[in-house]
Amino acid sequence: MATETKIPFDETYIRTFSSGRGEPDWLTARRLEALELTERLPLPKPEKTKIDKWNFTEFARHTVDSAPYAALDDLPEAVKALIEAGEGTKNLYVQRNHTPAYVSLSDELKEKGVIFTDIFTAAREHGDLLKNYFMTAVKPDEHRLVALHAALLNGGVFVYVPKNVEIETPLQAVYIQDEDDIALFNHVIIVAEDNSRVVFVENYISASREGKAVVNVVAEVFAQANASVFFAAVDHLAKGTTTYVNRRGIAGRDGRIEWALGLMNDGNTVSENITRLVGDGSFGDTKTVAVSRGEQVQNFTTSVVHYGKHTEGYILKHGVVRDSATSIFNGIGKIEHGASKSNAEQESRVLMLSEKARGDANPILLIDEDDVMAGHAASVGRIDPIQLYYLMSRGIPRRDAERLIIHGFLAPVVEAIPLEGVKNQLIEVIERKVQS
Amino acid sequence: MAVLTIRNLHVAVEGKEILKGVDLEVKGGEIHAIMGPNGTGKSTLASAIMGHPKYEVTEGSVTLDGQDVLEMEVDERARAGLFLAMQYPSEISGVTNADFLRAAINARLGEGNEISLMKFIRKLDEKMAFLEMNPDMAHRYLNEGFSGGEKKRNEILQLMMLEPKIAILDEIDSGLDIDALKIVAKGVNEMRSSEFGCLIITHYQRLLNYITPDYVHVMMQGRIVKSGGPELAQRLEAEGYDWIKKELGIEDETVGQEA
Repeated sequence: MATETKIPFDETYIRTFSSGRGEPDWLTARRLEALELTERLPLPKPEKTKIDKWNFTEFARHTVDSAPYAALDDLPEAVKALIEAGEGTKNLYVQRNHTPAYVSLSDELKEKGVIFTDIFTAAREHGDLLKNYFMTAVKPDEHRLVALHAALLNGGVFVYVPKNVEIETPLQAVYIQDEDDIALFNHVIIVAEDNSRVVFVENYISASREGKAVVNVVAEVFAQANASVFFAAVDHLAKGTTTYVNRRGIAGRDGRIEWALGLMNDGNTVSENITRLVGDGSFGDTKTVAVSRGEQVQNFTTSVVHYGKHTEGYILKHGVVRDSATSIFNGIGKIEHGASKSNAEQESRVLMLSEKARGDANPILLIDEDDVMAGHAASVGRIDPIQLYYLMSRGIPRRDAERLIIHGFLAPVVEAIPLEGVKNQLIEVIERKVQS
Repeated sequence: MAVLTIRNLHVAVEGKEILKGVDLEVKGGEIHAIMGPNGTGKSTLASAIMGHPKYEVTEGSVTLDGQDVLEMEVDERARAGLFLAMQYPSEISGVTNADFLRAAINARLGEGNEISLMKFIRKLDEKMAFLEMNPDMAHRYLNEGFSGGEKKRNEILQLMMLEPKIAILDEIDSGLDIDALKIVAKGVNEMRSSEFGCLIITHYQRLLNYITPDYVHVMMQGRIVKSGGPELAQRLEAEGYDWIKKELGIEDETVGQEA
């Protein structure tokens, strides 16, 4: 049973916080409704991982005010490494703890009606628009953690791409944590109106590797008719940080949502990624790679749910587990009644690098329609000795050969990352996580 | 000049003895062919020399220029100058052919002596053109989705890039059409020099029409039962193996049978 921990922030606190941010009434009301739900709803129950002792609710400070970065030059090195000079800095959002610390959107995109701003500015300036989407793909009554998220929302970004606008260069968001004992309830909304196209890349980073914090993320992606959203993320939060991250997408008719997720947190993590293919002909592709090390416990659930006819959903999950870490990979392809001619495919593979590591791949297909295609492949095992032999037979030492195989195994996401800086960071993080 | 010396080599797989005392010496400048029907131990010899984890040497020795090969890890054997073109090359997803080759070359050169990217690309382009390979193949994942012929050609590309002292080609000709066979042979012939020794394992004489061996050996029941010059291969092509079996009183040439 879930622990009875009361969240340390009450109605008065939330009212004050909300009005302090100049939020519209509807948002304050939704926060308070959600707060009430936190009292009664249970924690989520990720398959095969017990999370009732994890710290999702205790933190000293809900919000800290951090200094913004006045200029690009003032960004911390860890952030600079992620962004590309020139074009790359034109559409950039950097959040320091809870503070929108650097926000930039090119005039060209502004003129086209694109919105790319922090969630509080969005609530103040585009409240009616935000209201249509905020906590609609992920609803506050699902379980305690999303209710808590809605009640205590304290960061995030809003992306809105109007009809027929195709954005060529990726929009980039970086969230850096440089204070301990805080909680980040980060909310990301991406709305791609009909026939639009956007690529969004986000990074969660901790300034110190031990950093103690609670992170609770909800991302909601809406690809309307014939729109395309490519969502890439690298999460690399510190060992002391407990993370709940829920990324969810809804695709309309002929809409496309593609995810490339590099889940590299060093602390305990529950990650949930669901793509709902609502419109006929919609397409969802989810690629997830993860590395678990030390004592950490991680649970990754990926699901594609087919509602529309002729929908296609692909799930690829590759995980590496070492030391005494535990990683559970749940993949669910679900075809609802009526989603005829749909195709649900998934592949889950877990590579175990040590005796004590625990890994599990659970592929599930739930099909309520006859005229469909579906398939899955899953494996849990050690590095293939024959592959090692082959590489070593060319003179490559065992350690390097293992490294090549592991990087290759995680390449599906690395190769999909559309920004060089972020791609290189992911490669370095993988290198550190598998070697150190 | 390199010398690979195999003495009284006995090899077991999962407890079953496959090689029962092989003696062979391959020197730089020489091309040897080992022929024989299926199941006589030819590929076992190749795998045991390279150090395949499934093959256990139970007796005998293998040395390269006097160094004990059997004491070396697989990668050390390669860096000492051995190369095995495999019958079934592994597919390694996510690792490009080019990245793999550069890692292999650099492993030989050692830290601080790495090949420059420009020099590497020039060499790779040149060898791929020589083997009439599509330049795209450098950027494809190692052997992943390659056809049988492409894999074999890729093995020869590695041979040409790594320039070993002694190469063993394990059924490099199986599954190749005549054009691909000619290209593979062209690659091997290009390597011919006093610094390069080669051991070709095949059931078919066909490959030897394009690569003329200096020595031909016939393997049966896990041993080399007959050795000769290129004329031996010609005779095998014309008459098959039965005359050898008759001559030696062998009924069943496969491993596990005794003469």
